[in-house]
Amino acid sequence: MKQDIFQAIADPTRRAILTLIAIQALTPNAMAEKFDMSRQAVSKHIKVLYECDLIKPEHSGREIYYHFNAKKMQEFDNWLAQFRQSWETQFNQLDKVLSTIKKQKK
Amino acid sequence: MNNDLLFDFTVDKAAQTVYITREFDAELPLVWDAFTKQEILDQWAAPAPMRCKTKYMNFEVGGRRFYAMISPDGQERWLLQKYTSITPKTNFKLYNSFADKDENPELPGSEWDYNFSEQNGITKVNISIYNESLERMERLTDGFSKGFTLMLANLDDLLITLSRKS
Repeated sequence: MKQDIFQAIADPTRRAILTLIAIQALTPNAMAEKFDMSRQAVSKHIKVLYECDLIKPEHSGREIYYHFNAKKMQEFDNWLAQFRQSWETQFNQLDKVLSTIKKQKK
Repeated sequence: MNNDLLFDFTVDKAAQTVYITREFDAELPLVWDAFTKQEILDQWAAPAPMRCKTKYMNFEVGGRRFYAMISPDGQERWLLQKYTSITPKTNFKLYNSFADKDENPELPGSEWDYNFSEQNGITKVNISIYNESLERMERLTDGFSKGFTLMLANLDDLLITLSRKS
């Protein structure tokens, strides 16, 4: 099941996890301690973040450290920039249409 | 675009909402018409090189607009908008969803809310778009994002090639 990135970051705890591991990779146990949450609850959040590729696991001995995948977030932000561009293009077209109608009315 | 006119685009990722504000150098009734009349909408409401073509539009509460976004190669993507609330010259709300050519909507869609106000002959339009899912929102810019994803993939390949050479 592929997760939707929008829903992944809509959750405040998941955003906090991302903020934290953007600074430093953490193990699930360390996350549970920092957020005062059960290991089970942390695992659920990790699963969602991992499934939409926002975090990457790295095995170190018997531990798994999760890193923030900045590239994925960047892709998301790039997409939003395009969405913005698409609106800007439409509005510039509307400026021209409005100006034409105004001239016709005169 | 006249650079004195405001254009603001913000995304509240937590609220899954995009907020857009734009000013237009025209009086409110005309701008209102541009957003609510089929013959004007079809002149601007798709980013070039795409264009849009409305099959029918009943601008009333419970009414619908069924239209296609057409790409330069002639591909049609159909959308269905259902008007949920209208306060003339002030506000209207709609539910927007993709659809097939037989008007069957693909849910979930997104909730759009438009507000209009005028000051000294400049009309300000505020739009908020609430999306349950980014995946489907991404399809709104499909034409752009497909090309962009390919470009990114090409760039990845290029970077791999370059890093092997160095």
